[in-house]
Amino acid sequence: MARDVWRKAGREGFLCAKVSPDYGGSGGDLLHCAIILEEQTRLGFSELTFYLHSDIIAPYIELYGADDQKQRFLPGMCSGEIVAAIAMTEPGAGSDLQAIQTRAVREGDFYRLSGQKTFISNAQNAELIIVAAKTDPTQGARGISLFLVETEGAEGFKLGRNLNKIGCKAQDSSELFFDNVMVPAANLLGGAEGRGFYQLMQRLPEERLIMAMSAIASMEVAVEETIAYVRDRVVFGQRLIEFQNTRFKLAAAKTTAVMGRAFLDRCVDLFIDNDFDAIDGAMVKWWATERSFEVIDECLQLHGGYGYMRDSSIGRLYADMRLGRIAGGANEIMKDIIGRSL
Amino acid sequence: MTSSAIKWAGASRSTLPFNDEHDMLRRTARRFFDAECAPQREAWEDVGMAPPGIWRRAGELGLLCMSMPAEYGGGGGDILHSIAVMEEQVRAGVNAPMLSLHNDVVAPYILRYGSQAQRSYALPRMASGEWVGAVAMTEPQSGSDLRGIQTSARRDGDGWVVNGRKTFISHGCTANLIVLAAKTEVEGGKERLSLFLVDTTDLQGLHRGPPLDKLGQGDADTAELAFEGMRLPASSLLGGPGDGFRMLSDRLVEERLMTGVGAVATIEAALEHTLAYVKQRHAFGQPILNFQNTRFALAEAYTEAAVLRTFMERCVRRFLRGELDAVEAAMLKDRATDLQCSIVDQCLQLHGGYGYILDYPIARLWCDSRIAKIYGGANEIMKEIIGRAL
Repeated sequence: MARDVWRKAGREGFLCAKVSPDYGGSGGDLLHCAIILEEQTRLGFSELTFYLHSDIIAPYIELYGADDQKQRFLPGMCSGEIVAAIAMTEPGAGSDLQAIQTRAVREGDFYRLSGQKTFISNAQNAELIIVAAKTDPTQGARGISLFLVETEGAEGFKLGRNLNKIGCKAQDSSELFFDNVMVPAANLLGGAEGRGFYQLMQRLPEERLIMAMSAIASMEVAVEETIAYVRDRVVFGQRLIEFQNTRFKLAAAKTTAVMGRAFLDRCVDLFIDNDFDAIDGAMVKWWATERSFEVIDECLQLHGGYGYMRDSSIGRLYADMRLGRIAGGANEIMKDIIGRSL
Repeated sequence: MTSSAIKWAGASRSTLPFNDEHDMLRRTARRFFDAECAPQREAWEDVGMAPPGIWRRAGELGLLCMSMPAEYGGGGGDILHSIAVMEEQVRAGVNAPMLSLHNDVVAPYILRYGSQAQRSYALPRMASGEWVGAVAMTEPQSGSDLRGIQTSARRDGDGWVVNGRKTFISHGCTANLIVLAAKTEVEGGKERLSLFLVDTTDLQGLHRGPPLDKLGQGDADTAELAFEGMRLPASSLLGGPGDGFRMLSDRLVEERLMTGVGAVATIEAALEHTLAYVKQRHAFGQPILNFQNTRFALAEAYTEAAVLRTFMERCVRRFLRGELDAVEAAMLKDRATDLQCSIVDQCLQLHGGYGYILDYPIARLWCDSRIAKIYGGANEIMKEIIGRAL
């Protein structure tokens, strides 16, 4: 995405809707985030670019950052001067976060950061990357810390190429290489080592709820667009919607979308009431992304060959939504979380 | 981990406005089904029906016509009373007596469309359990398509003469009062559906078949009915002549809502039985819950159940505000019963061979569930209703 779009979005108040006005944000709540996300999706832009920056990354700094860290980074993130990314996944560690190999070794007022990350969204434009690294490799979860890495002039930091994904083409994803990058100790998020895993875990329910919002909005868009298409499209002398199979398939798709909306709304209510936990986050995330993908696939089928074209909205949604079942913890991890709770 | 996906089931997170009165009724219903029905289920299955005495007992306990006005012997309650009773009935694993058919399907026809005289005559008898109610729509050649009904009611002097056949009629063997759909001739010689309130006491020309041998729900009677020159008094016409189709259609929303409520309760009961089973059953040296496939299958089922309950409760709240429409009710009926069958089947699978034995509740639920995708309008009809509104 072009760099000036970020500044425009910032000027219009579309970035960091939840961040406090003290740091340049709009002081909104989850519903503000939902509105921006839904309208973006409605226009056929289902990429996570903005909400990753605004609703997933900014809260790390606002919730866990020291005051000077908030002052340094949040106003720029709200205005669009600073684009942020978060780097957890590594070539050998995805959903299994405790297996990360990236190391941060304390040396005086700095940490020496070494390792490799991959599939990192927004990295091509990012001035700021939150990097998960092991500060104590003898510890599992308690050995992980988060660092606020400023990319400009960071010696030893190398940005890999923009990876060629199946979908989400308007959003960059990259490999990152850290070769003895010296990160100031003042950039350790929250100022204490070993809290990274806990910080990540605590944020997951809300992040997964936001992913579900995106999935449900995409499913609704797909159903609406497909209804419009089958009303128009004529085959064998009648409109596609006049065939019973079309109506039945869309009836099922619409039912799924209506139920998904009801469940999502309930989850948002629970979140606002502080009664939304890791189990709920796992449930809504897997269900919404899985069902959304299924519905979009049915909708693509009803578009025939046009649905297979990348310039069709349904074709893009299909390729974009495939990521939802993997990102934010693969859906298998979600089922594991739920299954273990039984 | 202290939290569990189980919290989505039942009352713990319910958004329905149950009050103390509903809870009291729920406790009464639970005792009744557990102590007086469940132990009888097999005996009732042997004869294909429950005895009339159980209805009087239900009446004594206040489990009949809870949502009818007190002036007709009812409880003056609302749909939440019906939901509480249905949830308890499903939990206990019994189909007879079919209280929801009697309370939520038959009685409302009389209250809504009946004359003062019809209400005063029929409703107190239904509330006490002296009378058992039924609705007769389906015919051998006409199920979901009500326009195909052939049973006719011809005017004869002051009354009517009915000829025709009905089938798959719940309470067909035992009903004292039948809401009957039949063709009548209206002005201009056209034929339209009308409804009749048939009091079967000493009625000539009504023939009841034996209980039909169903795949499930064998404790509740279902039968064929035949009408041969069956004479009904003029006062038996329910609502206006030719209004049958409209009345039947109007009532379907609530009936389908209650089917959705029953499906959710069935799914939750199946999951409860299954979770208990997979925790105690060992295979290859460990409880089968420890296997990833078991955990994933149950994680999926519990999530589907949570989504469905949320949607069902939303439909109930909309119904209470008078906002639930035919399309939403069709969505709920279709998806809820579909999930009921698929989840109950998955739960049976996790029981292994025991799931195939009728001593186990899951086997009964499996047999009892299949009809839900067919009755109350086949699920294909639900998809037509939704599909046409797109």
